[in-house]
Amino acid sequence: MFYSVLTLFVLSFIGFYLGKRKSIKLSQNIKLASLPSYYGYLAMLYILIPTLIAWFVLLVGENFVLEKYLFLILKEFLISMSGSEVQLFFIKIKNLSEGASFGNESDIELLGAQKIIQFKNLFLLLTYLVIFLVTAIALYLVNKKISPTFKSQRHVEKIVNLFIQLCSYVAILITVGIFLSLVFETINFFGYVNPLDFLFGINWNPNKAFVIDSSDVIDKDILKDAFGIIPLMTGTLLVVFLAMLVSIPLGLMSAIYLAEYAPKRIRDISKPVIEILAGIPTVVYGFFAALVVAPKIADLGEYIGLDVSSESALAAGLTMGVMIIPFVSSLSDDVIRAVPQSLRDGSYALGATKSETIIKVILPSALPGIIGSFLLAISRAIGETMIVVMAASLQANLTINPLEPTTTITTQIVTALTGDTEFDNPKTLVAFALGLTLFFATLLLNYFALRTVKKYREQYD
Amino acid sequence: MVNAINTKNLNVYYRDQQAIHNISLDFLKNKVTALIGPSGCGKSTFLRCLNRMNDVIDICRVEGNISLNGIDIYSKEIEVEYLREKIGMIFQKPNPFPKSIYDNVAYGPRIHGFTDKKEEMDLIVETSLKKAGLFEEVKDRLEDMGTSLSGGQQQRLCIARAIAIKPEVILMDEPCSALDPIATSIIEELITDLKKSYTIIIVTHSMQQAARVSDKTAFFHLGNLIEEGDTSKIFTKPDHQKTNDYITGRFG
Repeated sequence: MFYSVLTLFVLSFIGFYLGKRKSIKLSQNIKLASLPSYYGYLAMLYILIPTLIAWFVLLVGENFVLEKYLFLILKEFLISMSGSEVQLFFIKIKNLSEGASFGNESDIELLGAQKIIQFKNLFLLLTYLVIFLVTAIALYLVNKKISPTFKSQRHVEKIVNLFIQLCSYVAILITVGIFLSLVFETINFFGYVNPLDFLFGINWNPNKAFVIDSSDVIDKDILKDAFGIIPLMTGTLLVVFLAMLVSIPLGLMSAIYLAEYAPKRIRDISKPVIEILAGIPTVVYGFFAALVVAPKIADLGEYIGLDVSSESALAAGLTMGVMIIPFVSSLSDDVIRAVPQSLRDGSYALGATKSETIIKVILPSALPGIIGSFLLAISRAIGETMIVVMAASLQANLTINPLEPTTTITTQIVTALTGDTEFDNPKTLVAFALGLTLFFATLLLNYFALRTVKKYREQYD
Repeated sequence: MVNAINTKNLNVYYRDQQAIHNISLDFLKNKVTALIGPSGCGKSTFLRCLNRMNDVIDICRVEGNISLNGIDIYSKEIEVEYLREKIGMIFQKPNPFPKSIYDNVAYGPRIHGFTDKKEEMDLIVETSLKKAGLFEEVKDRLEDMGTSLSGGQQQRLCIARAIAIKPEVILMDEPCSALDPIATSIIEELITDLKKSYTIIIVTHSMQQAARVSDKTAFFHLGNLIEEGDTSKIFTKPDHQKTNDYITGRFG
C-alpha cells in the first residue's frame, strides 16, 4: 500500500519533469502559449487525477469482489451456513490471513485464508498495473498536446478551479447529509409517536418505552404521553434565560467599558483575557458548575431558608452565563467601536458628556449589532450541552422556578444516546427528533442574528 | 468692534510634533472669519482648539491662551460641556445621528435641559430648522431619519442641530467639502444669514468660498499664521508673497 502511493507520487513528479522539459525544449525556437511549468503541472494532474479515481474505485470495490470470489470458490461449504455464520467465518479467515492464528483452524478455514492472501496479492498487482497504465496514457496524451499554441495554463486553472469547487461542496453536502439523517430518523420516530404528542405533550418520561419493549409490543397509547417536549423546552428556555441574565448585563457593560472608557493598554490586555473564557472547555465549566456553583447555591438557599435542589437550573444557568460573556462582550465591543467617530464628535460638539453620548447616540446606533450579538449568544446557549449535563438534572420538570431541578433538550439527547442503545426503540430515536427541533431553533436564531448584524453594517458602509 | 474669541500665543503639539506655532488671532463678534491655507497647515487643528475638541485626542497638547468673551476657556472653572454649548461646530462630513430629524435637532436642548414641555421643544426645533433654512423641506416628515436626507440637507440639519442650543460662535470645518455646488451655495447664503446672530469661523479650501462669505480672512501656512485682515484686502493686495502665491493658485 505504502509503496504504491510512493510510486504514484514519484510517477507524477516524473510526469511534471517530462512535461516541463519538453515545453522548455519547444520554447527555445518559439514562444509558448503558457509558461513551461504549466505543461509540467498538466502532465502531473493528468496522471494523478485518473489514478486516484481508479484507486478509490478499486479500494471501495475490493471487499465486495473478495467476498464474491470467496463465495464462488467455497460454494459447497458456505451453502449450508446461515447469514451470520458466513459473516463470522469471513471475519475469522480474514484475521487468519493477517496472521492472527489460534492453532485450531479447520482445513477449509486455512484454505480460505490462503485464497484471501492470493487475492490480495493479485489486487496489489492490479493497482500497480492501473497506475502505470494511466501514467503511460497520460504522458502520451500530454506529449501529443504540447504545442506552442496549446494553452496549458487555462487547463491547469480549470482543473484547480474544479477541485476547489468540489471542496466547497463537501461542506455543504455534509451539512445536508447531517440534516437528512436527522430528518429520516425523526420520521422513524414519528412512526411510534404522533408529532403533535411530541410537540405539545407536557409529560416527558421516555423510560416508559423502555419498560414495554421487553414484550416486543409497543403500545402507542402509553407512548402518547411519554415524549412531550414541552417540559424540555421550558427547561431549556429557563436555563438560557438565566444565562442571559448573567451574560447580557456583564457582557454589555464590559463591552462599553472596553470600547469607550478603557485606556488602550488595559483594552489590549483585558480583551484577550475575556476571550479566554470562551476558550475554556465547556466540560471544565461543567464540573465547576456541579462541584462549586451548585453546592454554594444550595448552601446559600438553606441559609436564607429556601429549599434549593443541589441540581438547580440556577447553577447551570449562572455558569453558562459566565461562559457566554465573551460572546456578548467581544461582538458588542466590535459593533460599538464601529460606530463612526464623526457621530461621537457631533455629540461632543453639542456639549454632551461622554456618558450622554454613549447612552443617547452610540448605543442606539449600535443597537442592531448588539442585539445580533445577543441572539448569537442565545443560540450558543441553547445548543450548549456539557454544562447542563453535569449541573442540571435529568428530571423533566415543568417549572419556571430556577431553584428546582430541570433538564434541557441537549441533556436528554445525551441520555438517549449514551449506554446500550437500540435504534428500533422510540427511546433512542427521540434523540433525533430533539436534535431536529434544536437544529431549527438555532438555525432560526442564527438567521435573525446575522440579518440584524448585516443590516447594521449596511447603515454605515 | 467687539472680539468674541481671542487667542494668544497658541502652541499645539501632537506628541513632539508642533502643529501650531505661536498664533495670536482675534475673532470679531457677528462677523465671518475664514481660515485658509494648504492642507496640513494647522487650520483645522486651530479650529478644534476653540471648542476644545482636541481634548479627546490624548496625544494632543495645547499651550497658550484662548478666551471667549474674555474668559479663559482652558481654565479649570470652565466645564467643557458649557463651553461647547456656547461654541457650536459643523463638521466636514454631515454627521446627523441615526435618529429622526426632530430628535436630531432636539438632542442638544434635551441634554442641556432647556425645557420639559413638548410645545416649547417643538418651537425650538421649528425655529432652529427655520434658521437653517430646512424647515420648509422637512416640516411634513420630522419623524423621518436624519440620515435619509440628501447631503446638503443633512449638513443644514447639522447646522440646525448646532443652533438649537443657542451658541454664540459657530465653528465650521470645511462644511461644504462633501457637497455639490448647489448645496454649497445654499449653505453659503445661510452663513451670510447666520452672521447676524452668530460669530462664525469657517475653515475652507475654496478660495472663492472664503472670498464670498467672509469678512475677515486668516492665512495659515505650516502651522504659522502668515497674514490676517479684511477679506477684501487679503484677496486683492496681500502683504506677504506667500499669501499672494496661495490665493493665486501657485501652490497649495
